[in-house]
Formats: sequence, structure tokens, C-alpha cells
Amino acid sequence: MNVLKMQNIQKSFGENHVLKDISLEVNKGEVVSVIGPSGGGKSTLLRCATLLETIDGGVLSYMGEDVTYLNEKGRLCYVKNLNKFRKIFGLVFQSFNLFPHYSVLKNITDAPIKVLKMNKDEAVERAMTLLKKMGLEGKEKMYPCELSGGMQQRVSIVRALAMNPEILFFDEPTSALDPELTGEVLKVIKQLADEKMTMVIVTHEMPFARAVSDRVVFMDGGVIVEQGRPEEVFGNTRTERTRKFLQNYQK
Amino acid sequence: MTLLTMIVKMSEGLGKTCAIFFLTLLFALPLGVIIALLRMNKNIIISAPIKFIVSVLRGTPLMLQLLAVTYGPYYLFDISVSRNKLIPVVIAFSINYAAYFSEIYRGGIESISTGQYEAATVLGYSKAQTFIRIILPQVIKTILPSITNEIVTLVKDTSIAFTVSYQEMFTIGKQIANSQTSFTPFIVAGVFYYVFNAIVGFVMGRIEKSMSYYKQ
Repeated sequence: MNVLKMQNIQKSFGENHVLKDISLEVNKGEVVSVIGPSGGGKSTLLRCATLLETIDGGVLSYMGEDVTYLNEKGRLCYVKNLNKFRKIFGLVFQSFNLFPHYSVLKNITDAPIKVLKMNKDEAVERAMTLLKKMGLEGKEKMYPCELSGGMQQRVSIVRALAMNPEILFFDEPTSALDPELTGEVLKVIKQLADEKMTMVIVTHEMPFARAVSDRVVFMDGGVIVEQGRPEEVFGNTRTERTRKFLQNYQK
Repeated sequence: MTLLTMIVKMSEGLGKTCAIFFLTLLFALPLGVIIALLRMNKNIIISAPIKFIVSVLRGTPLMLQLLAVTYGPYYLFDISVSRNKLIPVVIAFSINYAAYFSEIYRGGIESISTGQYEAATVLGYSKAQTFIRIILPQVIKTILPSITNEIVTLVKDTSIAFTVSYQEMFTIGKQIANSQTSFTPFIVAGVFYYVFNAIVGFVMGRIEKSMSYYKQ
């Protein structure tokens, strides 16, 4: 079954047509990487999927249930209870966006307790297990400002995972990190991929995208230019535009 | 009149000075949050009048506002002036200070990055939860130095209550100064305010320190 289905998605900011008829399906257990030049619409696509931006046209659905519908006047509307859908996905931001006034543990357990109404002991236990898995054992009492960028990003991945999402989105998760710290974050994403976590990753890390993905999507100018298995997109590139983009990374 | 008698007499008014001070903070601090949120409302029908009211409150003297609240009801509706002057004093002070606080809050709220709102939204926090759990604590840390500034001013502004003859410390001091033709009560008042503000400074410093465990 499709976890995420986007059909003919349109999105404009004023005159700027950012997403032109984008269709993308993500199946359970699938890892999809979205690559492409800046301004090509990758982040907007993610922001539309995570309900941080509203789409202008098309249909967005999760687990076979539509988030948007056309009303009797033919206008695109969002369903009332969006929080039901927010429980399905998680998002990891480029700039982490941890809550600075909360300890690592509270960053992770607060939403499960306050939003999902999870029992406190259970939430703490889950958080500790996830922290251990991400190599963050013993950091639970620290505050985000005391951690390196790589650790902060791993905490934010744990925070998203603690909500038990069906699908996890990553918006350039390593772009704010230096190369040394990038590795440790990519390692935990790889680990999640091996566990068959459904993920959509917007990234500029080409070798990583190639290694980790089941499918690679190349976006430019608000459209999907090319998509396929990583060995096809990287090894047997079909379009000139994609080839040109990838060449810049091989230099 | 000896200095000691003066000090004792003026001390009797300190309770009322403190009453103005604490009651004003009690009402103005939360009222400021409400005004700030209304002022930031996207609906201009709500935000525009609030913006105007805040500009009037900040743009006219507190003394004038105090006179208006105390005697206005008498001139406008022929309602006799309340004998307990504490009520109009606290109303005028609370509204005036809430206007100042609201602008400090607004600056603080606008300084929080949109990423914080987005992270909270994606995690499923409601708007109220996001504001109370995520945004407000960070805003308070940011604006604390500005709030301290206002509180220090409030300590000194309590003396404005003398314009409606509310028997707080400064009003009593002024009466003694007039009857004894002496400047000494004003010096005593100055010392009282200074000590009061030294305490305020100490307390606020402790609060600031208690929030220094994290950086934004």
C-alpha cells in the first residue's frame, strides 16, 4: 500500500510556480531520495507533504486516505482533522529545530506524552531505547546547546521516531553540518533504511543517496525530470539535465 | 518633627506602595500577553484598534490616565468617586503597564524562529500547546532584561498615585514636606525607592540566572 500518494500537485508562491504537476508515490518500507538543484522545488515538495504549506491543486493522501478534497464549488480544501495525518509522518529539519529550553529527554518525550497521551514511563523507556540505538546514551539530561550539530540532528531524528510515524521525511538533514559530523547522521539514517523504515530524503549527498535509496527522484524547475533505481539514475542517466547536474558532483 | 518620626510615618504608606506595585504586576503581566496576541492577530479589524489603544496608552502620561480613570466616571456618568482610591490606581497602572509589556512580548514572540513553530506543528502540538509549552518559555527568557527595566520604572511610578491623594509612601512624604517646609521627606523617599529597586534588581537577577541553563 502507498503510505504517501501525491497526485498532480501544484504550488505557487505568487507568480512563482514552484511545483508543476508533481506526482509521487511512496510505498511502505521504501526509501526515496529527492535530489536536484536548489530552488528546484524539493523542499517545497516536502513542506507540502508535511502540511507546512498548503497545495494549490492536486490530491494529497496518506495510507489511502485523502487529506485534500474539492468542495462543491470546485475549490481545493483540506480536511478538518489534520492532526490525524500528522501522526502518520515525522519530519527532520535541516536546522534541527530542537526545543532549546527542554533537555534531550524532554524534547523526545514531551510530544508523545502531551499529543499522543502516552504514559510517561512508557515514553521515557521508548526514548531511552531510541537514544541508545542512535549512540546517544547518557546524553538524555543535556540541553541542545551543549551538543554538537551531529548529535542535535540525531536527537531530532529520535524525536521524530518517538512519535512512531509510518513515514519519515528528511529535509537536507546534513546541510548544516560539517563533513565530519555528516557521517554520523548518515549512518543512523542508513541504519533506519536497513530496518525498512519508510523514508523520503531530500539530500545533496549523492553517494549516500545512491547507497541508501530504493528510488532516486531528480527534481528541477518544479517537475520530476527523472526517477528510477539509483543505479539507473546515477549509472545510466536518461536525461541531459540530470547528467549535467550529476557531473557537478563528480568534479 | 524628628527624622525618625518622618521615617515611621512614611513607612506606614509603604504597604500601599507595595499594593500598587504587586497588584499592577499581577494584572499587567498576563494582560500584556493577551494584548500582544490581539495586536499580532492577522485580522486587521482586531489588530488595528489594539494598535491604536496601545499607542494612546504609551503616548500619553500615566498621570493623565490615572486622573481619567479616577475622576472620569464622575464627569461622564455622575458616578461618585470611589473612596477606595486603590481600585482606580491599580486599574490605571495595570492598563498602562500592560500596554508597555505587550510591546515587549510582541518583540519577544517575533524573535522566535519559525522553525520552532514548524517543529511543534509537525509533532502535532495544538496552537495553544505550542504557545504555552514551546514559545512562551523562550520568550520570557529573551525579554527578561526589558521586563526588569519596566519593573524598576514601576517602583518609581507608584509615586504618581499622589495625584489622586492615595495615601502611599510618597503622598505622605509630600504632605510632611509641605507641613514641615522640609526637603528631608523627599530624601527619605529617594532612599526607600532605591532600596526597593535594589531588591527588585536582586530578585530579577536570580530569575535570569535560573534561566541561563540553556541558550537559544
